Amino acid sequence: MSFKVVSPGILTLIQDLGRKGFQRVGLSSGGAMDEYAFRLGNALLRNKANAAQLEITYGMLTLEVRESTSAALCGADLGATLNGKSILPWQTYALKRGDLLAFAQPKYGLRAYLAVAGGLQCDETLGSVSTVMREHVGGLDGKGEKLKKGDVLKYQPMDDHFQNRVPRHAIPDYSLTEIPLVLGYQYQQFSRIELAHFLSSTYSVSKHFDRMGYRLEGRAIRYDGEGIISEGIAYGSVQVPNDGQPIVLLRDRQTIGGYPKIGCITVLGGALLSQKVAGDRVSFAAITVEEDEQERLLFGHKLKSV
Amino acid sequence: MPISYNFQFLNSTSCFIEFGLHVDELTSIRIAALANKLEEDEGIEDSVASYTTLLVMFDPRFYNRVTIKRYLDQLISSLESDAGERFSANEIVIPVYYDPEVAPDLMEVAAACGVTVDAVIKLHSETVYRAYAIGFTPGYAYLGNLNKQLQLPRKSTPRLKVTKGSVAIAEQQTAVYPSDSPGGWHIIGRTPIELIDWQSESLSLLSIGDHVRFEPISRAEYQAKGGGFNVL
Repeated sequence: MSFKVVSPGILTLIQDLGRKGFQRVGLSSGGAMDEYAFRLGNALLRNKANAAQLEITYGMLTLEVRESTSAALCGADLGATLNGKSILPWQTYALKRGDLLAFAQPKYGLRAYLAVAGGLQCDETLGSVSTVMREHVGGLDGKGEKLKKGDVLKYQPMDDHFQNRVPRHAIPDYSLTEIPLVLGYQYQQFSRIELAHFLSSTYSVSKHFDRMGYRLEGRAIRYDGEGIISEGIAYGSVQVPNDGQPIVLLRDRQTIGGYPKIGCITVLGGALLSQKVAGDRVSFAAITVEEDEQERLLFGHKLKSV
Repeated sequence: MPISYNFQFLNSTSCFIEFGLHVDELTSIRIAALANKLEEDEGIEDSVASYTTLLVMFDPRFYNRVTIKRYLDQLISSLESDAGERFSANEIVIPVYYDPEVAPDLMEVAAACGVTVDAVIKLHSETVYRAYAIGFTPGYAYLGNLNKQLQLPRKSTPRLKVTKGSVAIAEQQTAVYPSDSPGGWHIIGRTPIELIDWQSESLSLLSIGDHVRFEPISRAEYQAKGGGFNVL
């Protein structure tokens, strides 16, 4: 009734859609970095939207299958193999007792999502299994640890395999480099020239990127507005620190901060960015709140088509 | 007078409300009252209250942009009529052992402020503080306002690790570190009590708007309450 972790990989975490209701007391929400891939994985298996999955960053993970189940692989192509045979993301696979499921290194993207029928069974901490390592919350033992060799990941065994795949039109295009962003927060206090530069420049992902945030490198953005009284940081906030190099704050972000912010990238934008690595190029496209809503509704339809 | 505020959508499921540009107690009382009302609403996923702002994340299955705006506008205008009333705030007393043994910056703070250590303790513990914001790490409450005589800028080099329970000051604020973490505030004491309870529904001892008082305790009391003496 489980996977046994033969090799834990670089960074493999149990995630769901995040912890709700505790940002008010300063706790990060956590949750799947690429929400699109995560939701598609659960949809493929007819799981509940929030069913726990593995978020496999970079790869180097090997799991031994202890009991039959259906699994869905979504997100990055990390050179996954089932008993040595290559398998591709965006579809389900029948897993049998004794199978070896292994992830090598990124071929395309950075984070893969492995869902099993019914979801991984894991005790919730504060209403969620999401692992936030910095705050020692969630995950298998509730103390925010990544997977270790020998860990046992439980699930409900299932003999009926459900073959399914994500239709082509619903697969996110990770080659996109344009990240949709809704202007907000202090954007009116940036000069028009600085805003124009921000929206027309290409940035590269620096080597400082993690689940908390992606620090970018490129044209520095100057902020001449007033000092900021510390305020709540929404998902995807693009923060401009004193050196002018933007930082996009993601799932494990701190809840409060005092740097000026130019707006928030969307959930799709966050999914795309989460699959980027150091040196990858991105730019930002300003969209309206209405367009963000349409994007969300459109994805909802795509999920239903799976 | 109607409460003036600036409302913006940050994306299709989050909105941000700014109540002016200055930190003051009435604003903070209103924000805390609003945040508390939202806490009971299952259509609100989360909120982050701070000195002058409230970030609200809503569940699109319960609210759309029109209904959330109307709902928040109504809640805010209901605060207006409450403005004269005193919102009931919890008062929480935090026992503190003020001694260089657990407070590496106590002597330095006294010297920098030009007062005795006893005066630092008196000035710090005679004020009733208000929790203006919670963040930075879980349960870390920004408490204000510190007596002017104790106001110092943050340390120029933050410590990589501040021991859990440390009571610290910086600028017009004071706070207790709920867990071991990096920190750039001046440490003037340590509390033996826990500010975070992972088993509790509310997680954090302190909530936005709470009133907080620090009570000086002796070394023996500190020890009796389970206080430790580890330095980092």
